Amino acid sequence: MSSHAAIHSPHLRHQFDDLQQQRESAALGMWSFLVTEVMFFAGLFGAYTLYRYWYYPEWDAASRQLDHYLGAFNTFVLLTSSLTMAFAVDAAASGNNRALKRNILLTLILGLAFVGIKIYEYYTKWEHGLVPGSHFHWHAGPGIPDIENVRAAELFFVFYFTMTGIHAFHMLIGFGLLITLYIQAHLNKFSAEYYTPVEMIGLYWHLVDILWVFLFPLLYLIDRNFVS
Amino acid sequence: MSEKSFQLWPDMASSFALDVDLLYGFLIVVTIFFSILISVMVIGFSLYYRRGRKVNRKLGHHSNFTEVIWAAGPFVLVMIMFVWGAMLFYKMQTPPENTLDIEVVGKQWMWKIQHATGRQEINALHLPLGQPIRLRMISEDVIHSFYIPAFRVKQDVLPAFFTQLWFEPTRIGTYHLFCAEYCGNEHSKMIGTVTVMAPEEYARWVEEGVQEKPVDAGERLFTQFQCNTCHQSDNSGNGPALAGLFGKKRPLKGGGLVEANDQYFRDSILNPHKQILAGYDAMMPTFQGQLTESDSLAIIAYLKSLPQLPIPENSVSMQDLNP
Amino acid sequence: MKKNYLTNGQTVASWLLTGDHKRIAMLYLVSVTLFFLVGGVAALMFRLELLTPKGDMFIPEQYNRLFTLHGVMMVFFFLIPAVPAVLGNFLIPIMIGARDLAFPKLNLASWYIYVIAGICAIIALIQGGVDTGWTFYTPYSSTYSNTAVTAAVLAAFIAGFSSILTALNFIVTVHTMRAPGLTWFRLPLFVWAHYATSLIIILGTPVLAITLLLLGLERVCGVGIFDPRLGGDPILFQHLFWFYSHPAVYIMVLPAMGVISEMVACAAQKKVFGYEFVAFSSLAIAVLGFLVWGHHMFVTGQSMYAGFVFSFISMLVAIPSAIKVFNWTATIYKGSIVWNTVTMYVLGFLGLFTIGGLTGLFLATIAVDVHLHDTYFVVAHFHYIMVGGSVMGYLGGIHFWWPKMTGRMFPEFFGKLSALLVFVGFNLTFFPQFVLGYLGMPRRYHAYPDEFQMLNVLSTAGATVLGLGYALPLFYLIWSLKYGKKASNNPWHAYGLEWETSSPPPTFNFDVMPVVTRPAYDYDTEAAEQLAKVEDKAIDAIRREHEETAL
Repeated sequence: MSSHAAIHSPHLRHQFDDLQQQRESAALGMWSFLVTEVMFFAGLFGAYTLYRYWYYPEWDAASRQLDHYLGAFNTFVLLTSSLTMAFAVDAAASGNNRALKRNILLTLILGLAFVGIKIYEYYTKWEHGLVPGSHFHWHAGPGIPDIENVRAAELFFVFYFTMTGIHAFHMLIGFGLLITLYIQAHLNKFSAEYYTPVEMIGLYWHLVDILWVFLFPLLYLIDRNFVS
Repeated sequence: MSEKSFQLWPDMASSFALDVDLLYGFLIVVTIFFSILISVMVIGFSLYYRRGRKVNRKLGHHSNFTEVIWAAGPFVLVMIMFVWGAMLFYKMQTPPENTLDIEVVGKQWMWKIQHATGRQEINALHLPLGQPIRLRMISEDVIHSFYIPAFRVKQDVLPAFFTQLWFEPTRIGTYHLFCAEYCGNEHSKMIGTVTVMAPEEYARWVEEGVQEKPVDAGERLFTQFQCNTCHQSDNSGNGPALAGLFGKKRPLKGGGLVEANDQYFRDSILNPHKQILAGYDAMMPTFQGQLTESDSLAIIAYLKSLPQLPIPENSVSMQDLNP
Repeated sequence: MKKNYLTNGQTVASWLLTGDHKRIAMLYLVSVTLFFLVGGVAALMFRLELLTPKGDMFIPEQYNRLFTLHGVMMVFFFLIPAVPAVLGNFLIPIMIGARDLAFPKLNLASWYIYVIAGICAIIALIQGGVDTGWTFYTPYSSTYSNTAVTAAVLAAFIAGFSSILTALNFIVTVHTMRAPGLTWFRLPLFVWAHYATSLIIILGTPVLAITLLLLGLERVCGVGIFDPRLGGDPILFQHLFWFYSHPAVYIMVLPAMGVISEMVACAAQKKVFGYEFVAFSSLAIAVLGFLVWGHHMFVTGQSMYAGFVFSFISMLVAIPSAIKVFNWTATIYKGSIVWNTVTMYVLGFLGLFTIGGLTGLFLATIAVDVHLHDTYFVVAHFHYIMVGGSVMGYLGGIHFWWPKMTGRMFPEFFGKLSALLVFVGFNLTFFPQFVLGYLGMPRRYHAYPDEFQMLNVLSTAGATVLGLGYALPLFYLIWSLKYGKKASNNPWHAYGLEWETSSPPPTFNFDVMPVVTRPAYDYDTEAAEQLAKVEDKAIDAIRREHEETAL
């Protein structure tokens, strides 16, 4: 049975009976949405698996064109941003608005750094003629063999740009969400009693992070396995 | 094509037709039975128990046993359908050894048929009665589907991948050929005639009007496009000797084995860097755009016809030989 | 006079910015009907062409665009949203005793997204249309077609989000917002059906989204994901496409089955036989439905053994549907049936869905599918389910809940007449197509051999009757809004929370939020027998009294 204060809480939407129901609904809703995101990428991962199996040597070589040090650093950046996001949720739960704002900002900055590095990577790919299309041009290099089936390598880059591009797009949406969250925190909308949007956006951010944790080895580390 | 009058049942002209029709008949019987059963019960109950009628509406308690029965019964029926269908399908997918092979190339919006003797036809397929036929098919552009209703056979025809279809014509006559996968504007015009003839008649027919046997066309193209400069018969060129290679398994550059079949030969001509044999470099140019699927089929026919020649001791592929 | 959800706010803004699930349902009703009309007119046009064997009414380019338009409109803009977004939106909160769905703003967004998708489809139409068929097979759609493919797949892509948001809302609402005492097994089967549907939508629609995105990418950027000349695999498209599009057919039929459960119980004044079995069969269909997509691809050259697996599971997925049909039939047994419009839609559904489901077995039987794939047999099969099943369920539901949604009764005579016209017209249109299919007439054919003409003429004749059957409700339902008899709370003597509130309901659904103590479908058939006659007279008398005293 909810408290008198909670029934009249300004945060309680009219369709819900109490804050507990509202919180549960928000969480279930966000988790259901995250399932759709996973299924969205699942189709891509499925197609990726097929072509990697068909064109393994070319994909191995193509993967070497990517800077895995930069990719690893970016992974570290994004994982750290998930850490600061978790701190933000924790700060909100304890009613610490300053820490909340600080951590949202840190998450945003780290996320921007991630995307900035990605843009730089895209730029280098473009410079090297590795963007799929009429200008695609394979060239060997140190540790990068010459390959014959250039189309197969191009297909790798189709997946590279599509998968990381859609991921980056989700990060852009995340930035919008984080900025909105920051503004709301600045306007003191959150308290220990009500911080659901922080939690939900936190969940979203963690999904974007987890997706990258899969994308990184699948795209950058094809050549680094026990077999080869 | 003779004017056909209205029919309720398609012609039965292949060895599969009766098998398929029997299974279809079983399915019809089951469908009619249950459709009538449900319709009669539903309408019957609605009339018998309509409001105001003084009838016994006393119910027992819900029996899970009834639920089990009307789930198990249909389950048995559909398993019969599945097994029967699977067994027949297995037959349809397993051609016998003695097939007469004919090549089909589909393109928007026509069928090009190539008999082994060299006789070609467009939108028509002449066949001998009582002889198992295997069609090897490929598309020049989009996905098509080769469908002969009277034979109860259909197979999608794909770009860049061979598919096959086999059947045995059992009745002399002419039958429809349809494209059964939507392929653009003139999809409904990509139709033709299948003519089944007595074997002697077919034997005569297939030797007529032959401009060039595929084997000869293949040899001509092989020389015309200078394939022999790299593919020397003594294995001294940039590419492997091709005589006798067909059907053998060979190691690939970068690992793995490939069976040198029709698909591999076709890919090597039109997409040579897809799979390269171990010990060779990527030097072969692609002939995509210069050679059609039909041309490639001719070259493949030629290469299959070459007998295995002895290979000199010092050639690269000696250690790779894996018959 | 007390305000209900229709009268509570009469400005355009109060409708276009509403959070009320009932108003959003009405918004959907209007848009869904519009798209149904577009798809229906397209069908009538190409059925006219098919009166003659030659292509003499349209050039092939036009014909191919017409059947594509029909498919895209009907699948993405009618069948997938109709029952959930109109009836589901309206009824689910009321049926579970809530004030609204969990996320009203998301619900409104869902409608706007749907409208934007529709505009995209219209843009594709204006750009000359699309000629790939609603299945967009590659490489024709990715490389060869010169039509507005990108706009069309964008439309379907956007519509998918609308669908996902509705499903998300339903799942959360049913989990967290049920009234006190309303346990899962006291829920109406309509709710179970929508819950199962929503699970399918959440899991399947995103896969279509990525597939269409990749197709659009290939068309716009010329990269070879599905193009064999560039190392891609056109069959990969089919796998990805059907992974969603097969479950999609269950998205299209499960909600209608939910409607039938409600209507059959009311028509027979008896609880649905085998409640748990019907509820779980919805979940079974949802799960199994994801495992059968390869039965659309038996002749693509896929592995024979893969074909066996898909054939086997396709047989299994028929069983839960059979269980439902038997349970519904058993519901009528020893019931107290009144023969009205609603009953006719129920009977029509049961007969037609049974045939549709059984003919699906022909296609699941792999050796027979070789002959029947891509022929009119397939067209007949899925129309028996989609039209004989889903549309019947939708129209029946619209009639059944019309008094609740609008506060008005529709004219019974016309209701029964259009149900009959739809039933007769439908069978005349589609039964000949089974025969045509076995004879070998392929789908998507603009012209055909002469000997197929008679069956095609029958089919077109049926289509005109069917069209008439659909047009009629448009008129008398709109007529009833002004001139129809005012409806009581429960004109059908049905059992359910929605019948305990007024017709139309107030904005927050109930004056007093309900507490549930009774099981689902707590009908008393014997009593219904006795009371029905007496009640009708009494209620008429009371209503007449009210009309005389009220303003």
